[in-house]
Amino acid sequence: MCLAVPAQVLSVDGSKAQVDIQGNRREVDVTLVNVQPGDWVLIHAGIAIQVLDKEQAEATVAAYRELREALGI
Amino acid sequence: MPAEKGKLVRQYVERIRQRAAGGGRPLRLMEFCGTHTTAISRSGLRSLLAGTVELVSGPGCPVCVTSDWEIDRMLAYSDVPGVILTTYGDLMRVPGSHSSLAERRSEGTDIRVVYSPLDAVAMAEAEPDRPVIFLGVGFETTAPATALAIREADRRKLTNFFVHSAHKATVPAIRALLGQGGARLDGLLCPGHVSTVIGSEAFRFLPEEFGLPAAVGGFEPLDLVVALDYLVEAALGLRPVGLYNGYSRWVRPEGNERALALLRETFELREAQWRGLGTIPESGMGLRGEYRRFDAEVAFPATVPQPVPRKGCRCGDVLRGELIPSQCPLFSKVCTPSRPYGPCMVSGEGACAAFYRYGGEEAPVEV
Repeated sequence: MCLAVPAQVLSVDGSKAQVDIQGNRREVDVTLVNVQPGDWVLIHAGIAIQVLDKEQAEATVAAYRELREALGI
Repeated sequence: MPAEKGKLVRQYVERIRQRAAGGGRPLRLMEFCGTHTTAISRSGLRSLLAGTVELVSGPGCPVCVTSDWEIDRMLAYSDVPGVILTTYGDLMRVPGSHSSLAERRSEGTDIRVVYSPLDAVAMAEAEPDRPVIFLGVGFETTAPATALAIREADRRKLTNFFVHSAHKATVPAIRALLGQGGARLDGLLCPGHVSTVIGSEAFRFLPEEFGLPAAVGGFEPLDLVVALDYLVEAALGLRPVGLYNGYSRWVRPEGNERALALLRETFELREAQWRGLGTIPESGMGLRGEYRRFDAEVAFPATVPQPVPRKGCRCGDVLRGELIPSQCPLFSKVCTPSRPYGPCMVSGEGACAAFYRYGGEEAPVEV
Protein backbone atom coordinates (compact mmCIF):
# COMPACT_ATOMS: atom_id res chain seq x y z
CA MET A 1 0.00 0.00 0.00
CA CYS A 2 2.82 2.39 0.86
CA LEU A 3 4.71 1.29 -2.21
CA ALA A 4 6.28 4.28 -3.95
CA VAL A 5 8.53 4.30 -7.00
CA PRO A 6 11.30 6.66 -8.09
CA ALA A 7 10.90 8.55 -11.37
CA GLN A 8 12.86 11.21 -13.23
CA VAL A 9 11.14 14.47 -14.20
CA LEU A 10 11.15 15.14 -17.97
CA SER A 11 9.10 18.34 -18.09
CA VAL A 12 6.92 20.42 -15.78
CA ASP A 13 3.68 22.23 -16.69
CA GLY A 14 2.10 23.90 -13.65
CA SER A 15 0.93 21.24 -11.20
CA LYS A 16 1.58 18.40 -13.68
CA ALA A 17 4.82 16.83 -14.84
CA GLN A 18 5.83 14.24 -17.37
CA VAL A 19 8.08 11.67 -15.71
CA ASP A 20 10.01 8.58 -16.69
CA ILE A 21 9.15 5.64 -14.43
CA GLN A 22 11.46 2.73 -15.29
CA GLY A 23 11.27 3.56 -18.99
CA ASN A 24 7.55 4.41 -19.06
CA ARG A 25 6.35 7.96 -19.62
CA ARG A 26 3.56 9.13 -17.32
CA GLU A 27 1.88 12.29 -16.14
CA VAL A 28 1.96 12.85 -12.39
CA ASP A 29 0.84 15.59 -10.02
CA VAL A 30 3.68 17.71 -8.58
CA THR A 31 1.64 20.08 -6.38
CA LEU A 32 3.44 18.87 -3.24
CA VAL A 33 7.03 19.22 -4.46
CA ASN A 34 9.25 21.84 -6.05
CA VAL A 35 10.89 20.22 -9.08
CA GLN A 36 12.71 20.89 -12.31
CA PRO A 37 13.45 18.63 -15.27
CA GLY A 38 16.17 16.15 -14.33
CA ASP A 39 15.11 15.87 -10.65
CA TRP A 40 14.23 12.48 -9.20
CA VAL A 41 10.90 12.18 -7.39
CA LEU A 42 9.08 9.47 -5.45
CA ILE A 43 5.65 8.65 -6.92
CA HIS A 44 2.72 7.22 -4.97
CA ALA A 45 -0.86 7.00 -6.32
CA GLY A 46 -0.12 9.38 -9.18
CA ILE A 47 1.43 12.14 -7.10
CA ALA A 48 5.02 13.07 -6.31
CA ILE A 49 5.42 12.93 -2.53
CA GLN A 50 9.13 13.75 -2.20
CA VAL A 51 12.23 14.86 -4.11
CA LEU A 52 15.50 12.95 -3.98
CA ASP A 53 18.11 14.61 -1.76
CA LYS A 54 21.10 14.36 -4.13
CA GLU A 55 23.70 15.06 -1.44
CA GLN A 56 22.31 12.35 0.82
CA ALA A 57 22.04 9.91 -2.09
CA GLU A 58 25.69 10.51 -3.02
CA ALA A 59 26.73 10.23 0.64
CA THR A 60 24.92 6.88 0.91
CA VAL A 61 26.61 5.52 -2.22
CA ALA A 62 30.01 6.76 -0.98
CA ALA A 63 29.49 5.18 2.44
CA TYR A 64 28.67 1.81 0.88
CA ARG A 65 31.72 2.09 -1.42
CA GLU A 66 34.02 2.80 1.55
CA LEU A 67 32.50 -0.09 3.45
CA ARG A 68 33.02 -2.46 0.52
CA GLU A 69 36.62 -1.35 0.16
CA ALA A 70 37.22 -1.81 3.89
CA LEU A 71 35.77 -5.31 3.68
CA GLY A 72 37.65 -6.08 0.47
CA ILE A 73 34.54 -6.84 -1.66
CA MET B 1 20.92 -6.03 -7.42
CA PRO B 2 24.61 -5.85 -8.39
CA ALA B 3 26.76 -8.70 -7.06
CA GLU B 4 28.89 -6.49 -4.79
CA LYS B 5 25.73 -5.15 -3.12
CA GLY B 6 24.62 -8.74 -2.52
CA LYS B 7 27.97 -9.51 -0.88
CA LEU B 8 27.59 -6.48 1.34
CA VAL B 9 24.11 -7.63 2.36
CA ARG B 10 25.53 -11.05 3.31
CA GLN B 11 28.27 -9.40 5.38
CA TYR B 12 25.64 -7.42 7.26
CA VAL B 13 23.50 -10.51 7.79
CA GLU B 14 26.50 -12.38 9.22
CA ARG B 15 27.40 -9.47 11.51
CA ILE B 16 23.81 -9.13 12.75
CA ARG B 17 23.59 -12.88 13.39
CA GLN B 18 26.87 -13.01 15.31
CA ARG B 19 26.11 -9.98 17.46
CA ALA B 20 22.50 -10.93 18.17
CA ALA B 21 23.52 -14.51 19.05
CA GLY B 22 25.56 -13.10 21.96
CA GLY B 23 22.44 -11.55 23.49
CA GLY B 24 21.24 -14.74 25.19
CA ARG B 25 17.79 -14.63 23.55
CA PRO B 26 16.52 -13.67 20.11
CA LEU B 27 16.02 -9.91 19.72
CA ARG B 28 12.48 -8.88 18.79
CA LEU B 29 12.36 -6.17 16.13
CA MET B 30 9.08 -4.97 14.62
CA GLU B 31 8.58 -3.62 11.14
CA PHE B 32 5.52 -1.36 11.24
CA CYS B 33 5.03 -1.04 7.51
CA GLY B 34 3.30 -3.64 5.32
CA THR B 35 5.57 -2.80 2.40
CA HIS B 36 8.52 -3.61 4.69
CA THR B 37 6.81 -6.88 5.64
CA THR B 38 6.75 -7.94 1.99
CA ALA B 39 10.28 -6.66 1.28
CA ILE B 40 11.71 -8.49 4.31
CA SER B 41 9.97 -11.75 3.47
CA ARG B 42 10.87 -11.56 -0.22
CA SER B 43 14.55 -10.88 0.54
CA GLY B 44 14.69 -13.97 2.77
CA LEU B 45 15.94 -11.91 5.74
CA ARG B 46 13.25 -13.26 8.05
CA SER B 47 14.50 -16.80 7.69
CA LEU B 48 18.21 -15.86 7.43
CA LEU B 49 18.06 -14.09 10.79
CA ALA B 50 15.78 -16.68 12.43
CA GLY B 51 16.97 -17.80 15.86
CA THR B 52 18.96 -14.62 16.46
CA VAL B 53 16.56 -11.87 15.44
CA GLU B 54 12.82 -12.34 15.38
CA LEU B 55 11.27 -9.95 12.85
CA VAL B 56 7.62 -9.38 13.76
CA SER B 57 5.11 -7.48 11.67
CA GLY B 58 3.14 -4.58 13.10
CA PRO B 59 -0.17 -2.85 12.36
CA GLY B 60 1.10 -1.17 9.19
CA CYS B 61 -0.90 -2.93 6.50
CA PRO B 62 -3.73 -0.42 5.92
CA VAL B 63 -6.34 -2.84 4.58
CA CYS B 64 -5.48 -5.36 7.33
CA VAL B 65 -6.19 -2.86 10.13
CA THR B 66 -9.43 -1.69 8.49
CA SER B 67 -12.16 -3.15 10.69
CA ASP B 68 -14.98 -5.44 9.57
CA TRP B 69 -17.39 -2.65 10.51
CA GLU B 70 -15.64 -0.16 8.24
CA ILE B 71 -15.70 -2.63 5.33
CA ASP B 72 -19.43 -3.21 5.98
CA ARG B 73 -19.94 0.57 5.97
CA MET B 74 -18.19 0.81 2.59
CA LEU B 75 -20.27 -2.07 1.21
CA ALA B 76 -23.44 -0.20 2.24
CA TYR B 77 -22.72 2.40 -0.47
CA SER B 78 -23.70 -0.30 -3.01
CA ASP B 79 -27.31 0.67 -2.23
CA VAL B 80 -26.85 4.28 -3.42
CA PRO B 81 -28.72 4.55 -6.78
CA GLY B 82 -26.39 4.85 -9.80
CA VAL B 83 -23.27 4.84 -7.64
CA ILE B 84 -19.73 4.28 -8.96
CA LEU B 85 -17.43 3.03 -6.18
CA THR B 86 -13.71 3.53 -6.75
CA THR B 87 -10.80 2.26 -4.69
CA TYR B 88 -7.32 0.75 -4.71
CA GLY B 89 -7.02 -2.87 -5.79
CA ASP B 90 -5.80 -3.90 -2.32
CA LEU B 91 -9.24 -3.37 -0.84
CA MET B 92 -11.29 -5.38 -3.34
CA ARG B 93 -11.11 -8.81 -1.75
CA VAL B 94 -10.98 -7.78 1.91
CA PRO B 95 -13.97 -9.43 3.60
CA GLY B 96 -16.42 -7.51 5.74
CA SER B 97 -18.74 -9.49 8.01
CA HIS B 98 -20.82 -10.84 5.12
CA SER B 99 -19.37 -9.79 1.73
CA SER B 100 -16.52 -7.97 -0.04
CA LEU B 101 -16.24 -5.32 -2.75
CA ALA B 102 -15.26 -8.03 -5.25
CA GLU B 103 -18.45 -9.96 -4.45
CA ARG B 104 -20.55 -6.81 -4.74
CA ARG B 105 -19.02 -6.15 -8.13
CA SER B 106 -19.90 -9.64 -9.31
CA GLU B 107 -23.46 -8.94 -8.14
CA GLY B 108 -23.64 -5.87 -10.38
CA THR B 109 -22.42 -2.85 -8.38
CA ASP B 110 -20.20 -0.60 -10.51
CA ILE B 111 -16.89 -0.83 -8.63
CA ARG B 112 -13.70 0.36 -10.33
CA VAL B 113 -10.10 -0.02 -9.27
CA VAL B 114 -8.11 3.19 -9.70
CA TYR B 115 -4.38 3.93 -9.66
CA SER B 116 -4.97 7.38 -8.19
CA PRO B 117 -7.97 9.13 -6.58
CA LEU B 118 -7.42 11.83 -9.22
CA ASP B 119 -8.68 9.22 -11.73
CA ALA B 120 -11.90 8.99 -9.69
CA VAL B 121 -12.31 12.78 -9.96
CA ALA B 122 -12.03 12.48 -13.76
CA MET B 123 -14.74 9.77 -13.71
CA ALA B 124 -17.04 12.06 -11.70
CA GLU B 125 -16.52 14.83 -14.24
CA ALA B 126 -17.23 12.43 -17.13
CA GLU B 127 -20.46 11.12 -15.53
CA PRO B 128 -21.99 14.12 -13.74
CA ASP B 129 -25.34 12.39 -13.15
CA ARG B 130 -23.84 9.59 -11.06
CA PRO B 131 -22.31 9.82 -7.59
CA VAL B 132 -18.67 8.69 -7.57
CA ILE B 133 -17.35 7.61 -4.17
CA PHE B 134 -13.65 7.06 -3.58
CA LEU B 135 -12.94 4.64 -0.73
CA GLY B 136 -9.73 5.97 0.77
CA VAL B 137 -7.48 3.71 2.82
CA GLY B 138 -3.85 4.17 3.77
CA PHE B 139 -1.52 6.09 6.04
CA GLU B 140 0.18 9.45 5.57
CA THR B 141 1.86 8.26 2.35
CA THR B 142 -1.53 7.76 0.71
CA ALA B 143 -3.72 10.41 2.35
CA PRO B 144 -2.17 13.40 0.48
CA ALA B 145 -3.40 11.97 -2.85
CA THR B 146 -6.94 11.81 -1.44
CA ALA B 147 -6.64 15.37 -0.15
CA LEU B 148 -5.46 16.56 -3.58
CA ALA B 149 -8.41 14.77 -5.23
CA ILE B 150 -10.84 16.60 -2.93
CA ARG B 151 -9.17 19.92 -3.78
CA GLU B 152 -9.36 19.08 -7.48
CA ALA B 153 -13.06 18.20 -7.24
CA ASP B 154 -13.59 21.52 -5.41
CA ARG B 155 -11.71 23.42 -8.12
CA ARG B 156 -13.78 21.76 -10.86
CA LYS B 157 -16.96 22.53 -8.86
CA LEU B 158 -18.05 18.89 -8.89
CA THR B 159 -21.03 18.01 -6.73
CA ASN B 160 -21.01 14.27 -7.44
CA PHE B 161 -17.55 13.34 -6.09
CA PHE B 162 -17.32 11.95 -2.56
CA VAL B 163 -14.72 10.35 -0.33
CA HIS B 164 -15.11 7.77 2.41
CA SER B 165 -11.97 8.34 4.45
CA ALA B 166 -10.61 5.32 6.30
CA HIS B 167 -7.18 6.99 6.29
CA LYS B 168 -5.18 6.51 9.44
CA ALA B 169 -2.23 8.08 11.25
CA THR B 170 0.77 5.89 12.09
CA VAL B 171 2.09 7.47 15.29
CA PRO B 172 -1.10 7.03 17.39
CA ALA B 173 -1.15 3.32 16.44
CA ILE B 174 2.46 2.78 17.49
CA ARG B 175 1.80 4.63 20.74
CA ALA B 176 -1.29 2.50 21.38
CA LEU B 177 0.61 -0.69 20.65
CA LEU B 178 3.45 0.20 23.01
CA GLY B 179 1.03 1.58 25.61
CA GLN B 180 -0.87 -1.73 25.66
CA GLY B 181 2.40 -3.32 26.75
CA GLY B 182 2.25 -5.96 24.06
CA ALA B 183 4.87 -7.10 21.58
CA ARG B 184 7.88 -6.76 24.03
CA LEU B 185 10.06 -5.13 21.42
CA ASP B 186 13.80 -4.42 21.28
CA GLY B 187 13.56 -2.00 18.37
CA LEU B 188 11.26 -0.62 15.71
CA LEU B 189 11.86 -0.35 11.98
CA CYS B 190 9.93 2.81 11.09
CA PRO B 191 7.99 3.11 7.82
CA GLY B 192 10.14 4.56 5.02
CA HIS B 193 7.54 6.09 2.77
CA VAL B 194 5.29 7.37 5.57
CA SER B 195 8.44 9.14 6.80
CA THR B 196 8.94 10.92 3.47
CA VAL B 197 5.73 12.78 4.39
CA ILE B 198 5.76 13.05 8.22
CA GLY B 199 9.57 13.19 8.62
CA SER B 200 11.96 11.01 10.60
CA GLU B 201 11.64 13.30 13.64
CA ALA B 202 8.04 12.10 14.06
CA PHE B 203 9.55 8.92 15.52
CA ARG B 204 11.87 10.68 18.00
CA PHE B 205 9.39 9.76 20.76
CA LEU B 206 10.35 6.09 20.47
CA PRO B 207 13.85 6.43 21.97
CA GLU B 208 12.96 9.44 24.12
CA GLU B 209 9.71 8.26 25.72
CA PHE B 210 9.91 4.49 25.37
CA GLY B 211 13.69 3.95 25.37
CA LEU B 212 13.22 2.00 22.15
CA PRO B 213 15.80 2.09 19.33
CA ALA B 214 14.17 3.32 16.11
CA ALA B 215 15.42 3.27 12.52
CA VAL B 216 13.79 4.64 9.39
CA GLY B 217 14.65 2.23 6.59
CA GLY B 218 14.29 1.88 2.85
CA PHE B 219 13.02 -1.19 1.02
CA GLU B 220 16.00 -2.70 -0.78
CA PRO B 221 17.83 -5.57 0.98
CA LEU B 222 20.82 -3.32 1.70
CA ASP B 223 18.58 -0.58 3.14
CA LEU B 224 16.92 -3.18 5.34
CA VAL B 225 20.08 -4.76 6.77
CA VAL B 226 21.68 -1.36 7.47
CA ALA B 227 18.60 -0.30 9.47
CA LEU B 228 18.39 -3.67 11.26
CA ASP B 229 22.12 -3.54 12.05
CA TYR B 230 21.58 -0.18 13.76
CA LEU B 231 18.67 -1.53 15.80
CA VAL B 232 20.66 -4.59 16.90
CA GLU B 233 23.67 -2.46 17.93
CA ALA B 234 21.45 -0.11 19.94
CA ALA B 235 19.45 -2.96 21.50
CA LEU B 236 22.66 -4.67 22.64
CA GLY B 237 24.11 -1.45 24.10
CA LEU B 238 26.89 -1.22 21.52
CA ARG B 239 25.69 2.31 20.77
CA PRO B 240 23.29 4.70 22.52
CA VAL B 241 19.57 4.15 22.01
CA GLY B 242 18.42 6.69 19.46
CA LEU B 243 16.74 7.41 16.14
CA TYR B 244 18.56 6.59 12.92
CA ASN B 245 17.51 7.74 9.46
CA GLY B 246 18.81 5.11 7.05
CA TYR B 247 16.68 6.39 4.16
CA SER B 248 17.96 9.99 4.14
CA ARG B 249 18.02 10.16 0.35
CA TRP B 250 14.22 10.38 0.46
CA VAL B 251 13.40 11.14 4.10
CA ARG B 252 14.05 14.56 5.59
CA PRO B 253 13.87 15.16 9.34
CA GLU B 254 10.87 17.47 8.88
CA GLY B 255 9.17 15.44 6.09
CA ASN B 256 7.26 17.15 3.30
CA GLU B 257 5.87 20.35 4.82
CA ARG B 258 3.61 21.06 1.83
CA ALA B 259 2.00 17.62 2.12
CA LEU B 260 1.64 17.98 5.90
CA ALA B 261 -0.04 21.38 5.52
CA LEU B 262 -2.44 19.90 2.95
CA LEU B 263 -3.31 17.05 5.35
CA ARG B 264 -3.90 19.48 8.24
CA GLU B 265 -6.15 21.70 6.10
CA THR B 266 -8.20 18.85 4.61
CA PHE B 267 -8.51 16.36 7.45
CA GLU B 268 -9.04 16.41 11.19
CA LEU B 269 -8.01 13.59 13.47
CA ARG B 270 -10.85 11.58 14.97
CA GLU B 271 -11.35 8.36 16.85
CA ALA B 272 -10.89 5.28 14.66
CA GLN B 273 -11.31 1.53 14.98
CA TRP B 274 -8.25 -0.60 14.24
CA ARG B 275 -8.35 -4.33 13.82
CA GLY B 276 -6.23 -5.76 16.61
CA LEU B 277 -5.75 -2.48 18.47
CA GLY B 278 -9.36 -1.48 19.10
CA THR B 279 -10.53 2.14 19.19
CA ILE B 280 -7.71 4.71 19.24
CA PRO B 281 -8.45 8.42 19.81
CA GLU B 282 -7.23 10.89 17.17
CA SER B 283 -5.93 8.15 14.89
CA GLY B 284 -8.32 8.41 11.93
CA MET B 285 -8.47 11.16 9.33
CA GLY B 286 -11.97 12.56 8.79
CA LEU B 287 -12.81 15.43 6.43
CA ARG B 288 -12.59 18.85 8.00
CA GLY B 289 -15.03 21.80 7.94
CA GLU B 290 -15.87 23.00 4.43
CA TYR B 291 -14.68 19.71 2.91
CA ARG B 292 -17.41 17.75 4.70
CA ARG B 293 -19.63 18.31 1.66
CA PHE B 294 -17.38 15.75 -0.05
CA ASP B 295 -17.80 13.29 2.83
CA ALA B 296 -19.61 10.15 1.65
CA GLU B 297 -20.55 9.29 5.24
CA VAL B 298 -22.47 12.58 5.51
CA ALA B 299 -23.99 12.48 2.00
CA PHE B 300 -25.13 8.84 2.17
CA PRO B 301 -25.86 7.99 5.79
CA ALA B 302 -26.44 4.35 6.68
CA THR B 303 -26.87 2.44 9.90
CA VAL B 304 -24.40 -0.41 10.01
CA PRO B 305 -24.49 -2.74 13.04
CA GLN B 306 -21.27 -3.74 14.81
CA PRO B 307 -20.42 -7.14 13.35
CA VAL B 308 -19.76 -10.25 15.40
CA PRO B 309 -16.00 -10.93 15.61
CA ARG B 310 -14.68 -13.39 13.03
CA LYS B 311 -14.48 -16.83 14.66
CA GLY B 312 -11.00 -18.26 15.06
CA CYS B 313 -9.22 -15.53 13.08
CA ARG B 314 -6.06 -14.36 14.91
CA CYS B 315 -5.35 -11.46 12.52
CA GLY B 316 -5.62 -8.99 15.41
CA ASP B 317 -2.92 -10.83 17.41
CA VAL B 318 -0.71 -10.92 14.30
CA LEU B 319 -1.14 -7.16 13.82
CA ARG B 320 0.05 -6.55 17.39
CA GLY B 321 3.14 -8.67 16.80
CA GLU B 322 1.99 -11.15 19.46
CA LEU B 323 1.54 -14.05 17.08
CA ILE B 324 3.66 -15.22 14.15
CA PRO B 325 1.31 -16.06 11.24
CA SER B 326 2.34 -19.72 11.18
CA GLN B 327 1.27 -20.01 14.85
CA CYS B 328 -2.37 -19.34 13.90
CA PRO B 329 -4.31 -22.63 13.77
CA LEU B 330 -6.04 -21.56 10.56
CA PHE B 331 -2.81 -20.59 8.73
CA SER B 332 -2.34 -22.46 5.43
CA LYS B 333 -5.03 -24.97 6.45
CA VAL B 334 -8.33 -23.11 6.42
CA CYS B 335 -6.83 -19.75 5.41
CA THR B 336 -4.79 -19.40 2.20
CA PRO B 337 -4.29 -16.56 -0.32
CA SER B 338 -6.72 -18.19 -2.75
CA ARG B 339 -9.34 -18.76 0.00
CA PRO B 340 -8.49 -16.15 2.63
CA TYR B 341 -10.38 -16.18 5.92
CA GLY B 342 -8.87 -13.06 7.45
CA PRO B 343 -7.60 -9.75 6.04
CA CYS B 344 -3.92 -10.47 6.90
CA MET B 345 -4.06 -13.25 4.29
CA VAL B 346 -5.98 -11.18 1.71
CA SER B 347 -3.70 -8.23 1.22
CA GLY B 348 -0.43 -8.93 -0.58
CA GLU B 349 1.16 -6.89 2.21
CA GLY B 350 -0.50 -8.78 5.02
CA ALA B 351 1.88 -10.63 7.32
CA CYS B 352 0.06 -13.95 6.72
CA ALA B 353 0.17 -13.61 2.93
CA ALA B 354 3.89 -12.72 3.07
CA PHE B 355 4.60 -15.73 5.31
CA TYR B 356 2.58 -17.99 3.04
CA ARG B 357 4.41 -16.91 -0.10
CA TYR B 358 7.95 -16.46 1.17
CA GLY B 359 7.97 -18.16 4.56
CA GLY B 360 10.20 -21.13 3.70
CA GLU B 361 13.59 -21.47 5.39
CA GLU B 362 15.20 -21.94 1.98
CA ALA B 363 14.24 -18.45 0.78
CA PRO B 364 17.41 -16.85 -0.66
CA VAL B 365 18.71 -13.30 -0.36
CA GLU B 366 17.97 -11.46 -3.60
CA VAL B 367 21.19 -10.92 -5.53
